Parts: sequence; structure tokens; C-alpha cells
Amino acid sequence: MSSPHEDKDHTPTVGSQTDIAPLGRSGPKPEHERTADEDIDPVQWSRIADDADFKALVRRKLRLIVPATLFFIVYYFLLPIGVGWFPGLMEKKVWGAVNLAYAYALSQFFMAWILAGIYVAAAAGWDRSEHALLRKFGVQHR
Amino acid sequence: MSPLPLAAAGSQTSLWIFLAFVAATLVITWYSARKSSGASAYFAAGRRITGWQNGLAVAGDYMSAASFLGIAGMIATNGYDGFMYSVGFLVAYLTVLFVVAEPLRNAGKYTMADVLAYRLKPRPVRAAASLSTLTVSIFYMIAQMVGAGVLVRQLIPGVSYELAVIGVGILMVIYVVFGGMLATTWVQIIKAVLLMGGSILLSILVLQRYDFDLGKFFSSLTAITSTTADGQSVTRNFLTPGLIFKNPWDQISLGMALLLGTAGLPHILIRFYTVPDAKTARASVVWAMIIIGLFYIMTTFFGFGAASLLGPDHIATNGGTNMAAPELARFLGGEIFFAFICAVAFATILAVVAGLTISASTSFAHDFFVNVLHHGKEQKAGEEVRVARITAFVVGALAIVIAIILGPSVNVAFLVGLAFAVAASANLPVMIFSLYWKRFNTTGAVTGLLVGLSSSIILILVSPDFMKEPLFPLKNPALVSVPLGFLGAWLGTILSKEKPDEAKFTELMVRANTGLGAEKASAH
Repeated sequence: MSSPHEDKDHTPTVGSQTDIAPLGRSGPKPEHERTADEDIDPVQWSRIADDADFKALVRRKLRLIVPATLFFIVYYFLLPIGVGWFPGLMEKKVWGAVNLAYAYALSQFFMAWILAGIYVAAAAGWDRSEHALLRKFGVQHR
Repeated sequence: MSPLPLAAAGSQTSLWIFLAFVAATLVITWYSARKSSGASAYFAAGRRITGWQNGLAVAGDYMSAASFLGIAGMIATNGYDGFMYSVGFLVAYLTVLFVVAEPLRNAGKYTMADVLAYRLKPRPVRAAASLSTLTVSIFYMIAQMVGAGVLVRQLIPGVSYELAVIGVGILMVIYVVFGGMLATTWVQIIKAVLLMGGSILLSILVLQRYDFDLGKFFSSLTAITSTTADGQSVTRNFLTPGLIFKNPWDQISLGMALLLGTAGLPHILIRFYTVPDAKTARASVVWAMIIIGLFYIMTTFFGFGAASLLGPDHIATNGGTNMAAPELARFLGGEIFFAFICAVAFATILAVVAGLTISASTSFAHDFFVNVLHHGKEQKAGEEVRVARITAFVVGALAIVIAIILGPSVNVAFLVGLAFAVAASANLPVMIFSLYWKRFNTTGAVTGLLVGLSSSIILILVSPDFMKEPLFPLKNPALVSVPLGFLGAWLGTILSKEKPDEAKFTELMVRANTGLGAEKASAH
């Protein structure tokens, strides 16, 4: 990705009188001076992508995200389907005057919160694997 | 005292509360303008918003006047169906949490198109993504502006529709032009706090009438009497489904637009760039889900409460469905509370339009101006921000003019549905494919975006909202246009000979999953 700022370097060429700190360096730049593009060398993206730990991390994420997504989509659409085609069932009273239609609609809120909680708990584990992975490749996260 | 001066006193108070809100937001804007400099500060608030702050801001950006006044009114006049409508707005955030928030924060910079253009040819993809972003933002904004004009006329007698539209337009432009993302964020945070405060108070006052006995509350809903159009008195159980929505397919199509569209709404997506990293983006979705969920659950109390305590007939003769929540506030807490709820409703509109303005201007400046017209390079330093400010001004002026031309009587509800449908049919399929499908290419992205966009618009134009004898039976096109969006993206990919850039896909995979090389928060 290209940077939107293309700041010109106004420092005169190396060796001129104003050049107090010589520009040419030996060795790599210190961590905090690297730009985003220099942050890691291009070859390393594929080295990380091919790493077994990285692949395992992606698989673990998808193992939660795919079934959880399918679950909430089915759970959600059962509401309009139930209300639309099975009104008799949905009008059954479950608590006092409260019918199944209301109770099921209300349960959707708790379903969403619980799934979000499960996701966050799992993601804490992914964060740890991610840090371990980046340490293995010797790249700083932030 | 006669009711007339009482109402006038109420509108006076409402005006003062509203002016206090405007004054507070202008102070914040002045403070943000003084503090912020540079593109990351302007477009992403320096990426230093915390998780709970961004959660509140996402909620403030999302809960529109249509949610607050519209859903309350729908429940108050027709019962259960209105509550069913509110469910989808929360469940939709699971898509945001699972699919888009973290990869977006990890791999992007300011806009949704950053992620789409990552491994594809940037110019065509950004041009198409910018077109769909501008379409969604401007449709949604016009709906909000017309709504604002109508509301203010009812809330503050003496203020005309045109004056209200111009006032809202000028304020949103000031927030965005001078204060950028930081000011917009704080306007949204304050609005979310006010809206939650008002809703909690309203709910408590309703429950007090039933001695805080939920059984008694729900029992009161089983026999609500109202007068039909032909003057007959009917008594209905307001917990029974199907009192407004007759065609279940309409509900399924709308549900699809909500579930998949929320994760493609540009003004929500850009909020995730304002936090330091993907972990905070995740936390902010969870905060937003808590707030949004509580809010929509509370529609039970103030929506059904208005039905039971005021009755549908009282609402119909006192300002109509949109005024159900404010009228309930007047009934429970007198003129001052009525004034407070009216001011909250107005603050709600302002926060949402400010979010829409900044998303439109960011996309135009970052995607179209800098990356499409100038190949990703600024001609002069600071040009990107300057173009965004000019765009915000132009978008604001356009929205004012269009809202005034359309006038207060135009039906704008379909514009909101259309915004969600375009987001679900154009933006989301392309986003999912570019994150997960290796073979996906530029042709696929452009066809996906354009097919999703045009099919949503065309199907709306031939829907029951527009035609007496509609060619397409559903009010919301999502059920058909979402599969078309996916199909367009897939066909475009497999039919073109273009080779995907596998190295770039690998890089995007690693970036999206690890946050390596992601944009950092600015230093103090």
C-alpha cells in the first residue's frame, strides 16, 4: 500500500556542511525508525503464512466463526419463519401473558450477547497464539 | 392553565436543552479543531479512541431517530411486530464482530475500500467502492434530513421544515469540517449517553405504573382498544404477531438486509479505524452490542407502555406514530421530560448525520480523489484532508437542497432500507471474498459491487414502495439482491483471465490475522 504522504527529504546530500549526523548507516535501522513498508521484508509474509502455527491459528478462528455464524443466522431467521408460517405455535403462552413469539424474540438478544462472549473468550486465546507466533518470527507487534 | 401555554413552555424548555447540547458539541468541535492535525487525526481521530468510547460512538452512530421514534411508534400502534423489527438491529452486530471489525482494523487505513483494494488493482476497485459508499451515505443522509425536518416541526412549534433541515445541515457540516473524526466521535458518545439515559428513565417510569410487576405489565397488553379507519372500535392482543406485517417474505428479506448490511455500512466501518488496534476494535463491538441490545430491549417498555398507558387512538391524534415516545414522556414526566426526550431525539439525528457526512467525505477524498485520480499520491501535503473538508461541505449543501426539494411529505422509509440493502448486496460479498477467497480478482470485485448496487436500486424502483402494481413483490430487495451481489462477484472472477496476485493475498491473510504492520495510534 502506498503512503498518501510523499514527503520530500530536504536534507542535503551526505557529506555537505550541514550534515552533522552522517546519513549513511551501517546495519539495520532501529525498530522505531522503520516505516510500515520496511517493517518486515516481503519474503517473510509467505514464511509466516506457510508456518504451521499460523495455519493452525487461522483454522482455529474459522472453526469457531463458521459454525457460530451459521448458528446465529438460523436462530435469527427462525423468528420470521415461525411468526410467518406457524402463528399458532408462536401464540402459545409461555409465562403469564407472554407468548412464545415475544419470548423467542427476547431470547435473540441473549443469544447475541452469549455468542459475543464466547467469541471474545476464544479471541483472547488467539491473541496469545498470535503474540507467540510473532515472537517466533522476531517481529514486534506494536 | 390551558394546554396551549403549557405546550409552549415545553417547547421552550426543549429548545433550551437542545441549545445546551449544540453548545457542548460546538465546544468539543473547537477543542478538536485546535488539537488535531494530519490525516490520521482528521480521518481516524489519531486512532486513540478507547474501546468503551468507540462502543458508545458506534451505538450513537447506529441508533437513528427511526429506531428511537419509529420503532417506539410502531410498537405503540401495532404491537409485537415492531419489537420483532428491532431484533435484527442487534443480531446484525454478530456479523460485524465475526467477519469484518478485526480484519478491517488490521489491514486498512481509513476506508472499507482499503481492504478491498489491497490485493486487487486499486483504481477500479476504489472507484466502485467509493460509488457504493457515497450512494449508501447520501441515501441514508437524505432520509435522516427529511426525518429531522418533519420531527423538529412537531417538536418545536414555530420552526419550519426548511429551517430545521438547514440547521441540521449546517451543524453537521461544522462538526465534520472543523472537528473531523474526533468531534464526530464525541457528538456520537454524548448522544448515546443522552439516548440511553432518556430510555432508561422512560422505562422506569412506565414500570412504576405497574408497581414494577412485569406480569402485570404484559397482562395489560392483551386487550388494547383502538379505532380503525372506518370508525369501528377493536380490541386486540398487542403481543400477537402479524398485526402489521402480513407477508413473511418481507420480514425475511428485511432481516437479510439488516444481518448482512450492518457489516457493510461505511459509517459504522470507519469507526473501527479510530481505535489503536484490532483487539480494541473487538472490545468496542462488544460495548456497542451491550448498549444497542439494552436499548432495543427497552423499546418493549416505552413502545408497549405507550400502547397501554396512552392507547393507539391518543397517539394517532397527538402527532402520530413518531410522537409516541415523546407523548409518553409528557404523560409520565410532564413538560420538562417531554422537552428532554424531544431534545434527545434531535441530538440523535445530528449524531447520525455527522457520522454519514464524515464517511462520505473520507471515501471521496481518500478513495476517489487521492487513490483513483492521483494514483495514491497527494499533490500537496495535507491535500487529502482539505479535499475531505470541501467534500463534507458539498455533501452537506446537497443534502439540504435535496431534502428541501423532496419536502416533508415524501416517504423516506425506503431510503433507509435501500441503504442497508446496498451495503449487504454490494459491500459485504466483495469484502468476504477479498478476505477469504484466494482466486478473487479485480473484475470480480468491480462486477460484485456494481451488480449489488444496481440490482438493489432497480428492485426498489419496481417495488411496492414505488409502484401501484409492483413488478417485484418485496419492500426490501435484499433477498434477491444479496445473492445477485455474490453471484456477480463470483462470475466476474471466474470469467476473467486476470491472474490473482497470490503474494499480496498471502500478505493480506497474515496482516488481517495478526495485525502485523497495522496502522498505529498517533503519539500524544
